[in-house]
Amino acid sequence: MKKIEKVNLPALFAAISEEASLVLPVKNGGMTNFALWSEDADVDLETLKTVKSAKDAFFPQSETLYSVHREEGKLKITRGELMDEDFVLFGVRACDARGFEVLDKVFLSDPVDSFYKARREHGTVVALACHAPEESCFCTTFGIDSAEPGADVDTWMVGEALYWKANTEKGEALTNRLSALLSDADEKAVEEEKANIRGIMEKLPYASLTTEGWGGDAQKEKFESPLWEELYKPCLACGTCTFVCPTCQCYDIKDYSTGEGVQRYRCWDSCMYSDFTMMAHGNNRTSQMQRYRQRFMHKLVYYPANYGGTFSCVGCGRCVEKCPTGLNIVKVMKAFAEKEGK
Amino acid sequence: MQELVNRAKALLADGTVQRVLGWKMGDLAYNPEPAFFENEEALSDFVYNSFCGANLSKYMIEASKKEGKTLVFLKPCDTYSFNQLLKEHRILREKAYIIGVGCTGKISGERIKEAGIRGIIAVEGADAFAPAETLQVKTLYGDREIAYKDAMLERCHVCKGKEHKIYDEIIGESRDTADSDRMEKVREIEAMSPEEKFAFFQNELSRCIRCNACRNVCPACSCRKCVFDSTKFDSAQKANVDSFEEKMFHVIRAFHVAGRCTDCGECSRVCPQNIPLHLFNRKLISDINEFYGEYQAGEDDTTVGPLTAFTTDDIEPSDARERG
Repeated sequence: MKKIEKVNLPALFAAISEEASLVLPVKNGGMTNFALWSEDADVDLETLKTVKSAKDAFFPQSETLYSVHREEGKLKITRGELMDEDFVLFGVRACDARGFEVLDKVFLSDPVDSFYKARREHGTVVALACHAPEESCFCTTFGIDSAEPGADVDTWMVGEALYWKANTEKGEALTNRLSALLSDADEKAVEEEKANIRGIMEKLPYASLTTEGWGGDAQKEKFESPLWEELYKPCLACGTCTFVCPTCQCYDIKDYSTGEGVQRYRCWDSCMYSDFTMMAHGNNRTSQMQRYRQRFMHKLVYYPANYGGTFSCVGCGRCVEKCPTGLNIVKVMKAFAEKEGK
Repeated sequence: MQELVNRAKALLADGTVQRVLGWKMGDLAYNPEPAFFENEEALSDFVYNSFCGANLSKYMIEASKKEGKTLVFLKPCDTYSFNQLLKEHRILREKAYIIGVGCTGKISGERIKEAGIRGIIAVEGADAFAPAETLQVKTLYGDREIAYKDAMLERCHVCKGKEHKIYDEIIGESRDTADSDRMEKVREIEAMSPEEKFAFFQNELSRCIRCNACRNVCPACSCRKCVFDSTKFDSAQKANVDSFEEKMFHVIRAFHVAGRCTDCGECSRVCPQNIPLHLFNRKLISDINEFYGEYQAGEDDTTVGPLTAFTTDDIEPSDARERG
């Protein structure tokens, strides 16, 4: 266990960014999102949840896969560049850290996504335990411990110091590189902090939420439930829930005409959108009820069916806080539990 | 609130309406959701409190396609949107039974959180008809307080007034909560240099995640198929590789709703990134007022809007251009 005084964090950030770019929560216009560190960045480690999750670091909202332009009467194709420089992603919460594992199962299994893989290999994740969990949190439902995120490095902000513990080789390497700034510390303060966090987690409004009844085997029963018809109605069909989500991984590939050529890019898609999975013959989900159902079936049924029972929700609660009409996955799970008498 | 439920039950019972469009209890202190209630039983979940900011007018497009009348609860500012939708023939008056519901200013969980209050468990004082001057907020980390007006939505600080512009009956008192100048920020931006303006909007819009919540909630954005949903268009729905195209989305949208936007403030209420989208609309409203005389969209359901009507006194495009 190492530690660094809070007042020395700017020096730590500067040291990290000497050899790797540093991405961390930065406040802009009152909202906190992950952004590239610079000396004048308004770093915000107090806000529990960034608006968007940390997902962009590995799976950006939009990226060019290749571009095509005309050169001397011929078409020239330029491949999109793979990440080839190390970076550190700092201040990631336990839910987002688990979110990366959800994405890994999709993008690192065959066929491997080379863009994602390159970023994953070059990124070191420094997680920050949740000092003050909030009412919308329910990571414990998915077996996540916000007191011990289990990233390359875990950190805890206790009083005026940041405690630091490496868990992986990548984490050790970063720790060694920063050794001049980190001093040895005992575990006592951190153990107390962990106990505090776990104590709060037990008191959260969603503490008793369970995944009972969900999973890969529930496909037919859940799909055919008449409940969806009631639940989806206020849905505006916007993409807020999917775009703030740390595990939503669907994307679209589109061409953008630059006038001189074409940029073929990939961007996050949303199952809430009318052209989601549109094919030449049309769309196999023609109503908002079907699109709404898709989102929750994917998180709680299809994904566990495909990936050994793991759910693809991490209980970060961003959708709970951000849905313009107050809908969210918790309401869905509760509605089914009530209906099924669980 | 019970009065609203009782009235809804009576109107369902005597067959005046087939369903009720209102708000349903949320599962946290601050997240009620818009809801259709099909019968008396369902109304046990009905809620009307200070967190019921959602403007229900746009849901009347769907309701207008259904059999029979829908009882809809509209706050004073929501009635402007309803009128505008009527004027655009998007909804049918005979399909709605409107209870103009009293409004004393709406608040949001987001605003309470912005004030640094986190871990909200319960909020006392958010009674829609008799709100407290100070909200008592019970949190995971102790009891906190916040002035009601500090938790209010931006739009309520520039309240259009307590008058319902269209209704069948009214239940509950309203109050005018305006305490700010609606065009103050617009003038501030107008005074900026072009470079400063660009930097201001670039910074604000840099947070846009292209979730389309602003568009989808907007009562003026009622096209059956939006141009941005066309798969034949480079700027379809989603985030683009080119950030300029991204920003065009908001500018195009502002122009499309110009003259029809009632300034209901839903766009800014729902933006997950807290982008002050209403400023685009207000700039255009301010210009329309200047060029054509004071005009409020949705004031009634008949007046032809200044951008839809043509008169020989209309400002010449060249004059408008010179003005900048």
